[in-house]
Amino acid sequence: MSHEQEYIEIFGQNRALIEKPCAALLNAARAGAADRFAAMGFPGAKSEDWLHSNVAKRFATDYGMNLGRVEVKADMHTIFTCDVPNLKTRQAYIVNDTFKDGENSKELPEGVILAGLNEAAEKFPTLLQPYYNTLASEGDNIAQFNTMFAQDGVLLYIPRNTIIEETIQIVALLQANVEMLSNRRLLIILEENSKASLLICDHSSMEKQTLSTQVMEIFLARGADLDLYELEETAHNNCRLGHVYVRQMADSRFNHSNITLTNGFTRNYLNVSLEGRGAEANVNGLAIGDKSQHIDNHTLVDHKTGNCTSNELYKYILDEQSTGVFAGKMLIRPDAQQTVSQQTNRNLCLTSDAHMYAQPQLEIYADDVKCSHGSTVGQLDENALFYMQQRGIPADEARHLLMYAFAGEVIDNIKIEALRDRLHMLVEKRLRGDLNHCKGCALCK
Amino acid sequence: MENLLEIKNLHATIDGKEILKGINLTVKAGEVHAIMGPNGSGKSTLSNVLVGHPAYTVTEGEVYYKGKNLLELSPEDRSHEGLFLSFQYPVEIPGVSITNFMRAAINAKRQYLEQEPMNATEFLKMMREKRALVNLDSKLANRSVNEGFSGGEKKRNEIFQMAMLEPTLSILDETDSGLDIDALRIVAEGVNKLKREDTSSLVITHYQRLLDYIKPDIVHVLYNGKIVKSAGPELVMELEERGYDWIKNENQQ
Repeated sequence: MSHEQEYIEIFGQNRALIEKPCAALLNAARAGAADRFAAMGFPGAKSEDWLHSNVAKRFATDYGMNLGRVEVKADMHTIFTCDVPNLKTRQAYIVNDTFKDGENSKELPEGVILAGLNEAAEKFPTLLQPYYNTLASEGDNIAQFNTMFAQDGVLLYIPRNTIIEETIQIVALLQANVEMLSNRRLLIILEENSKASLLICDHSSMEKQTLSTQVMEIFLARGADLDLYELEETAHNNCRLGHVYVRQMADSRFNHSNITLTNGFTRNYLNVSLEGRGAEANVNGLAIGDKSQHIDNHTLVDHKTGNCTSNELYKYILDEQSTGVFAGKMLIRPDAQQTVSQQTNRNLCLTSDAHMYAQPQLEIYADDVKCSHGSTVGQLDENALFYMQQRGIPADEARHLLMYAFAGEVIDNIKIEALRDRLHMLVEKRLRGDLNHCKGCALCK
Repeated sequence: MENLLEIKNLHATIDGKEILKGINLTVKAGEVHAIMGPNGSGKSTLSNVLVGHPAYTVTEGEVYYKGKNLLELSPEDRSHEGLFLSFQYPVEIPGVSITNFMRAAINAKRQYLEQEPMNATEFLKMMREKRALVNLDSKLANRSVNEGFSGGEKKRNEIFQMAMLEPTLSILDETDSGLDIDALRIVAEGVNKLKREDTSSLVITHYQRLLDYIKPDIVHVLYNGKIVKSAGPELVMELEERGYDWIKNENQQ
């Protein structure tokens, strides 16, 4: 039996179990998703989009799924004692797929909802109805798979004209003593002229094989402003399949940085849909790989209407036998006149065993636009290395300085100063080999 | 006077092609030597070989520096021992600020010499003093090394780094190229201010004009991978008047 068939059967046999603890809104989306998943299956080896990331193989493990919602005990304070200097965050957790609010959390402004997705869908069905699964329903097989099985996650709702000053930090961790698959779902809604910054740290340090699918749908109304930082620090036996869908209305701004410090097999998909004039999207990525790490970032910046701006910068540093994949598409549709769009992808392969597959794509159907893209794969600049050695900087140190500078360009795009400083430090540690695997939240130590 | 640098019968190749064909040269402490010669004679190869550029292979000969076998030292250790090259084409290093670059260089040297790292206040004070020596704008010091610098700024930055590292033997590889007359004067004055009784320089140049400011004690002509003529400063004038053809002709016979 093929792996997709196994999961279709699991879904069929456990439908009642899956749906019992869940809100009607989540359950209503399952049947359609299951049909679409059955039609698509897992991506085959011949699928262009998955050519370098064999995801079907990732589902071959006989994972446990906590469909019966057995409560997982997790003492957050023994795992994480977060005291990032100067980074005041409002914390929450996702353990496997279950939302847990942070203790001693400060009050958020009136009308803001930060809650478990399932609980929120029970309490505020009419609020979530116009949003839930409206973007992901168009998505690929993994998005459909997530919709079939998703039972919880996070809702963040920010009413109009509300500004949240402190960063909201969501720490996602995996905890189980068996091989485990979990499906997380995040829904983020920013009403008109609201503003927030959100940091999501993805951790796992389990001895068992783990797989998480994560689907995040983000809605930015007119003038809304969201900074989203995703930081992955997982382990070699983890597989992360992360999907982010963003719909931006007029004059909204979306600033995204996705940083993979340590991982096993990662596939991130980002789909930004610019649907209102004057919207701006800045999307950044940094991936640092060694050993057999596999980091795949697929992005689509979809200019559906005119006068929007997008900037994209993705950088990879690949050491040892690691593999990087970058496929970034900029789509400028016929109505998207006066678009300004720029994409840069730069990659360092430090060994001959490291592989980078770079596929920048630019599709332009409008005639009055300003677009550029560029992609390079190379080694550290030998001339710069020698210049530094001549000044007395030892070869290893010179390499570090060059790599650190290379990564720094992405980190510098982070708007929160305390987080930027922290990430500079983490990246430096990572490049020096001091951060080879997750030991809890490195942001917090 | 003590011999600072002794080059004996030095042969070197790049990509299998022999460029240096038996160089003999002795530099004593405190001396300024000029090395002149037509294009392609091996001047830049000589400077690159001395600082240990990995593209060049030494096939024969010996080089002693302060009595040590220079060819056995790594490029960074040659630097720590006081050898400095002002590059003909200084390299741009995006993302590495001059301050961080110099801090890494100074502290690596201090570690080699078994000294404590320099504290921040001391270091920044030193940066300020040495910048003033070559009129290097403080704004440039916060920028990435050489990135977007003009030709003159790059050369001034080289001399600034030389001031920071206080070398015993400085090799100035065509430091005058690409400089207008004002920039040339600033750079040359910087070099002269750094001159001490025990420090020496190898000034590599095509033209007389740099040597109007930095007065050599001995002038060598390098041709076809060998030093074919060595004389006092008067040789500079003769070369300026007669060009290099007579040297080429003499050496073809």
